[in-house]
Amino acid sequence: MSLSNQDLQKALLRPLGRGRQEFEDLVVVPLIAVVIALLFGMVVMLATGVDIGTIGRAFVALAKGAFGSLNAVSETLTAAIPVVLAGLGLGLGFRAGLFNIGAEGQILMGGLAAVIFGFSFDHLPFAILMPLTLIVAMLVGAAYAAIAGALRALTGAHEVISTIMLNLISYRILDYALRQPFVQKEGRSDPISKSVPDAAQLPKLLDWIDPNLRLHAGLFLMLAMVLFVWWLLFRSKIGFAFRASGENPDAAKYAGMPSGLIIVLAMATAGGLAGLAGGAQVLGVLERASPGFSAGLGFDAIAVALLGRSHPVGILFAGILFGGLEAGGRQMQVDAGVSIDLIGIIQALIVVFIAAPLLVRAIFPWGFRKDGKGAAE
Amino acid sequence: MTDMTMTHSDKIDLSKARQTRVGGVILILLALLVLFVLDVPMGSVATFKLSRPTDAIPLGDLVVPGGPFNLVAAGILAFLGVRQFLRGGGRWTSLSLGIGFAILVLAFLIWATTGKSFSLTGMLQATVVRAVPIALGGLAGVLSERVAVVNIAIEGMLLAGAFTGALMGSLLGGWGGLVAAMIIGGAFGFILAALVVTYRMDQIIAGTVINLFVLGVTSYVSSQVFSNYRALNNAPVFRSWAIPYLSDIPVIGPMLFNQNIFVYGALILVGMATYYLFFTRSGLRARAVGEHPRAADTLGIDVYRTRYVHVIMAGMVAGFGGAWFTLGSVGRFDENMTGGRGFIGLAAMIFGRWHPVGALAAALVFGFADSLQQKMALLNTPIPSEFLAMAPYIATIVVVAGLIGKARAPAADGKPYVKE
Repeated sequence: MSLSNQDLQKALLRPLGRGRQEFEDLVVVPLIAVVIALLFGMVVMLATGVDIGTIGRAFVALAKGAFGSLNAVSETLTAAIPVVLAGLGLGLGFRAGLFNIGAEGQILMGGLAAVIFGFSFDHLPFAILMPLTLIVAMLVGAAYAAIAGALRALTGAHEVISTIMLNLISYRILDYALRQPFVQKEGRSDPISKSVPDAAQLPKLLDWIDPNLRLHAGLFLMLAMVLFVWWLLFRSKIGFAFRASGENPDAAKYAGMPSGLIIVLAMATAGGLAGLAGGAQVLGVLERASPGFSAGLGFDAIAVALLGRSHPVGILFAGILFGGLEAGGRQMQVDAGVSIDLIGIIQALIVVFIAAPLLVRAIFPWGFRKDGKGAAE
Repeated sequence: MTDMTMTHSDKIDLSKARQTRVGGVILILLALLVLFVLDVPMGSVATFKLSRPTDAIPLGDLVVPGGPFNLVAAGILAFLGVRQFLRGGGRWTSLSLGIGFAILVLAFLIWATTGKSFSLTGMLQATVVRAVPIALGGLAGVLSERVAVVNIAIEGMLLAGAFTGALMGSLLGGWGGLVAAMIIGGAFGFILAALVVTYRMDQIIAGTVINLFVLGVTSYVSSQVFSNYRALNNAPVFRSWAIPYLSDIPVIGPMLFNQNIFVYGALILVGMATYYLFFTRSGLRARAVGEHPRAADTLGIDVYRTRYVHVIMAGMVAGFGGAWFTLGSVGRFDENMTGGRGFIGLAAMIFGRWHPVGALAAALVFGFADSLQQKMALLNTPIPSEFLAMAPYIATIVVVAGLIGKARAPAADGKPYVKE
């Protein structure tokens, strides 16, 4: 499968024209995408026999659960932390011309490593153990992603297939690890790991207001990583190499950039961020590992990276939007009895319309400049 | 300029020589693995059952002495490895590695079966059954990539086919479900074609989005509707249908001639696709669109139309393959029940070098890995079942990594075509 990376890049980083065009691409298209996706969600509910009143209640619950109260905001941000972290890695990969679908597996491996490391060294003080555990999560995620990077660099195996296979393999590794006596919680027969000690956990930020507020210090980690990835991509030498080999691999090669090394490094960085996402999730929210604990975060992160146009700041906002959908979706399930899987449909549709601006322009020709330039790209 | 081509060909020679060496080392390591890890005590035997007592032509059991076989297998592997290391190269590399892995699998089987008995025919039959969705996924991949549309959405199409098969099969019966599954698969083919051909969306993203969308819709409906109305998720299953006389042939009969319509359908579709792509005029045109769309366009072939038609056909094939999960095996739909088979199908397509028959053969290899891990779990081998379950995925990675250099994709694969 010879996929041209330039084409991938072109689609992901649609040449941002100046002024109006830029505004349309960055603001109008995403807004319209969200609106159409929500409307389509309504159609799906109608088609599955949900009555109008319930649909109304579902949307109210969605909004309320996402941003309607302090608890809602806390839940939204808590849900945003892992998808933003993993999304930053995926976005960085997209910039380097790598379509990494493996965040799911990297999250699982990073999270599992964090749990094992955390309870194995539970005598260490918080100031040492917590950062060290996060670093372990990051390194394991990076190493797991580097496998796919190395395969691509050495043999040309396309990363889409190898990362998907690594995802499937990671589920089995997790299942296996959770059966091992030194990982499994004492006295339990179901596959569940020992708990992370308090000294390894990310501290809760708002429990002084209400102990049920789950927002944790991963928030600062997330913001720091947004800044770091922005710096890495746009201000550092290696980031320039990532972007150059993503835009035009041949030109980058002839400019003397080691293409294989760049691929491995970009994959490892992406995997490190995904591993960090897994670490933040187990240290801040779950406190233990269980089968498939990533719960599709890695796939949400793909959508977030696309929605954020592979730009760290865009990914931050996209991640908060997705966190809101997630938190609101749970509220929707409770209040209106509509399955949270509806959110998955809405998220997929948002990405369709984001990734195919021509489609949005075809459906909504008004709202865009009508000199034909936009449609021709 | 000559300088550069020199270094380039030097580099190719160097990497070829290294590849040869690596192949030799791998084979020698396999020989050591067989000799020391998979060692079988002398005098113990492994018994393979070839037929059931009720079969028309009963065969005796195949009894293999474990110890001698093990030594011979290690010997052959060592010979191949040393030969490869010293003076291998060219076609010998892949051939030796292929033979080497086949011997490894045999040695593994005998090691696992030692002192027990094991139904070989049963495993081969399961191999064919489990290869079906992978082969159909691979065939769908061949049809769309031959017109240069990369189809990551096969996974989603399989899942949509499985879902529709269960839903419409419950309402209309098996055949209705099958037809509906193919229509839905075709519809997603149309959507993919529209996104990538007309709206020039990136093909990988379009496919990924379709996968996410199908996963969302099917999971939503199965938790929102199926959990309340179980009758909607209770489709009849196509029973196996024995072909008279042929199904009585030992070993081959149960494998190929006593299966359900999905197995026969897959074999027929592979045959038809091969004939169509390589022996008809429109097949030639389709391949031209995949290799050089501009030239095809110049000669008056409608590139967009060809791509639409073939991606829709690919979708229908994948929809048929998806129905296998529900109508061909259990009759009910579970969330995400395809479990990555579509992606393994894509790997089968690459392994099979973008040829329908090749994809089928590769699918059989994956089906074998899949049924092997299932049967091994029954034999109580010391290997944890999770590691056995990884076998098909690891095989996929090995295949994609090992063969990509030699196989060649259609030249325009993955590139959108902009008509001037």
